Amino acid sequence: MSTWRIARLIAAKDLRVEWRSRVLINQVLPFATLVMVMFAFALDNNDRVLTRVAPGLVWLATMFSLLVVVQRTFAVETADGALDALQVAGVRPGGVFLGKALALAAQLAALELVLMGAAVVLYRTEFQAGGVVLLVTTYLAATTGLAFVGTLYGGLAAGAKGRETLLPLLMLPVVAPVLIGATRATEAALGTEGATPSDGWPWIGLLTLFAALFGVGGTMAFGSLIDE
Amino acid sequence: MNTMTPPTSTPAPASPKHPTSTRFTRALGVASLVGIGWLVAFGLFLSPNDRVHKTGVRILYIHVPSAWLAYLAFGVTGIASGLYLWKRTRSLMWDRLAGASAEVGVLFMGITLVSGSLWGRISWGTYWTWDARLTTTAFLFVTYIGYLAVRDLGGTHQQRARRSAVMALLAVLEVPLVHYSVKWWRPLHQNETVEEGKLSGLMLFSLFVGIISFTLLYVWLVMHRQRVLALNDQVDDRGLDVALAARREES
Amino acid sequence: MPAMLAMENAAYVIGSYVVTLGAIGVYAVSMLARARKAARSVPDEERPWK
Repeated sequence: MSTWRIARLIAAKDLRVEWRSRVLINQVLPFATLVMVMFAFALDNNDRVLTRVAPGLVWLATMFSLLVVVQRTFAVETADGALDALQVAGVRPGGVFLGKALALAAQLAALELVLMGAAVVLYRTEFQAGGVVLLVTTYLAATTGLAFVGTLYGGLAAGAKGRETLLPLLMLPVVAPVLIGATRATEAALGTEGATPSDGWPWIGLLTLFAALFGVGGTMAFGSLIDE
Repeated sequence: MNTMTPPTSTPAPASPKHPTSTRFTRALGVASLVGIGWLVAFGLFLSPNDRVHKTGVRILYIHVPSAWLAYLAFGVTGIASGLYLWKRTRSLMWDRLAGASAEVGVLFMGITLVSGSLWGRISWGTYWTWDARLTTTAFLFVTYIGYLAVRDLGGTHQQRARRSAVMALLAVLEVPLVHYSVKWWRPLHQNETVEEGKLSGLMLFSLFVGIISFTLLYVWLVMHRQRVLALNDQVDDRGLDVALAARREES
Repeated sequence: MPAMLAMENAAYVIGSYVVTLGAIGVYAVSMLARARKAARSVPDEERPWK
C-alpha cells in the first residue's frame, strides 16, 4: 500500500471517529471560545486593546486548543494499542504520520474559522478586502505547520503512557515561530497598526519553511518516536 | 571556592568512594579548580573596572565561559545523537554522551541566563530584553529540559536512545527557526546585543582562563555523568531482583 | 576585602558568582552521590574505565 493511500485511510478514519464522538464540537470549540472570552477579561474591557492584539490572541487560543486536540487524537490510538497494532502490521509510520496530520489539520482549520469569527464578534476585528489572499495563505501555512508539529510530538507523548503533561513542555517552544509568524502575517492582512499586506509575505516564507521542515522531518522520524 | 567539590580526595583509583573517577578525571578536576580559583580571585578582587561595562565586566568572566559551554554541550549532544542514529556508529555510548552533555548544558544554560540577567541589570538597567540572542537562549534552555524529560520516559535503553536522539535532532532544527523568527519579530532591538567592549590584556587573559577552565570542568562533569549513566544502565540490565537484594543487604 | 566592598553593584556581581559556583557545586556533589549509590549494585569489573 502506498504511503499516500495509508495517509488517506488514517485521516478518513480519524475524521470519522471525530464525527461520531463530536468531541471537537462539544468540548474543544467551547473551550477555545471560552479562552477568547477570558482574554477579554484579562486585557480589560477596552475595545482598542482587544482589536490591537486580536490576531495574536486568535493564534494563541489556537495553540492551546491544539494541545487539547492532539491529546485527544492520540488518546484514541493508545486506548486499545492501535498504534502498536499498526506497527506490528507493518504499516509504514510515515503514512500514519501524514494521515494523523491531515486529520488534525482539518480539525484545526475548522477551529480557527470559529476563532476568527469569535474575534470579529468579541474583539471587533474587521477584515480588509486587500488582505484576503494573505490571510488565506497564512491560515493554510500555519495550520499545516501546527498539524505536523502536533502529530510529531503528540505521537511521542502518546508512546509514554501517563505522561501527557510532557506535551505542552515539548510542543510550545517548537510552535513559537508559528505564533510569531502567523500573528505578524495576520496583523498585516488585517491592517493592524497601519501594517500593509506586503509586510506579511516574508512571514509566509517562514511559515512555509516551518511546515516543510517538520513535514519531512516528521515523516522520517515518526517511526522512531512511536516505537514502543 | 569551597562550593566546588574536590575530586582529589581519594588516592586509590578503584576506591568505592568515587566510583566514577580515574586519575585522568582527578587531574582534570584539579586543573579546572585552579582555573576557577584564579577566575574568582581576579573577577572579584583584582580586576579593575572596565570603562564600558563598569563592574559588570566582572560578571562577564563567568557569563561568557558559561554561555560558550552551554552551546558546546548542546552541540556535542547533537553530534552524539547523530552518531547514534547513524547505523555504522550506533552505540549506547553515544546516547549516554548525548544525555550527559545535555544535562550539563542545561545547568550551564541556566547559569548563563541568571548571570546574564544580573549583568543586564547593571549594564542596561533591565534584567531582560527581547533580543534574538537572549530569547533563543531561553528557548534552548526549555527545549533541552524537555529533552531530558523525554530521556526519562522509560522503555528499553535502545528505545530511549532512539527517541531522544530524534528529539535532539529536532531541537537542532528548531533553534534557527526560533532565532530568525524572533530576530524579525523585534528588528528595532538589534542594537541591544552584547557589544564586546575593549578589554585590557589581563582581562582578556582572565576571560581566556575562564573559558579553558570551564571547558575542563565540562569534560570532568560529562565524564562523570556519562559513567553514572552507564552504571544506571548496568543496574537496569542486571534486573530489579539484584538491585532489590543489594538494597536489602544495605539496610 | 576593601576592593569588594567598595564595588558598585556588589550584590549583583557577588550574587552571580555565588549562583554559578553554587549550582555547579551542588550538581557535582549530587552526581558523585548518585555514582556511589549506583556503584553499590554493580561489581567492579563492570566499570570499564578502571
